[in-house]
Amino acid sequence: MNDVVPPLKLLIVDDSNIIRRRIERSQQHDRLKVVGTAANGREAITIFTKTQPDVVTLDLTMPEMDGIDCVERLVEINPGVLILVVSALADKATAVEAIRRGANGFLCKPFTDRQLNEALAELLEGA
Amino acid sequence: MTVLSEAEIRTFVEGATHYFEVAARQPAAIGSPYLVTDGSPAVHEYTGVIGISGRRKGAVCFTAPKAMLMVLLMRMNETDTSDANIKDLVGEVANTISGNARRDFGREFVISVPSVVSNPQGSQAPVPTDVHSYVIPINWRSHSAKLIVCLE
Repeated sequence: MNDVVPPLKLLIVDDSNIIRRRIERSQQHDRLKVVGTAANGREAITIFTKTQPDVVTLDLTMPEMDGIDCVERLVEINPGVLILVVSALADKATAVEAIRRGANGFLCKPFTDRQLNEALAELLEGA
Repeated sequence: MTVLSEAEIRTFVEGATHYFEVAARQPAAIGSPYLVTDGSPAVHEYTGVIGISGRRKGAVCFTAPKAMLMVLLMRMNETDTSDANIKDLVGEVANTISGNARRDFGREFVISVPSVVSNPQGSQAPVPTDVHSYVIPINWRSHSAKLIVCLE
């Protein structure tokens, strides 16, 4: 009998609808299933609590609650969550800060589909 | 009045170049940047504005005509070309180029979330009038857009 491994649940957080749709459309990892999207940090916390995703892609520059604070909150709720920060903020200090607060990877915007999928694959390899 | 250095202008030129190469998968031709000394630069139909605070203060705007933004959405495989998505895109371009500039300007170059204005013909950029603006012309396919950098 084959053991069926359930897919990992993915939450996409970005204030841009285009980016949310782009990640949803482009992610081709067969281990991932999108369970929700959120447009700011506060909404992300609510949906995160409700859907309990295993993986989160997270923008940093957002209204309501920014991504850095959101990383910390998500890790408080579930220390095992895998967080890929997807942000235009290209300075090294911001990436280091995000990782220090609990993120597991950083992908700089703009990105290609290939870069997105490589970043997600790398994130899952470390899981 | 602060004048941007050549290296600072190059940061934004490279940001615009990189955006079109990666997001649109089709390079843009970037024209020679120029300084606007008399008032604010004119804008196209849609303008995404990023407020800058921290060590530098001012704004970075990306302004483009609707036709260009619609083609850009399609190049990104986005089928929803509604007005809401066009506004989202123009804000996201401004956000991405401004955020990428932190690679050179550092973390003290603090960017706001984007605000978007749809402009009647002949409108001027919503930037401080007491600071000179630099315009970086962007030509992509048959369309013209501008990146406007206005920093103290």
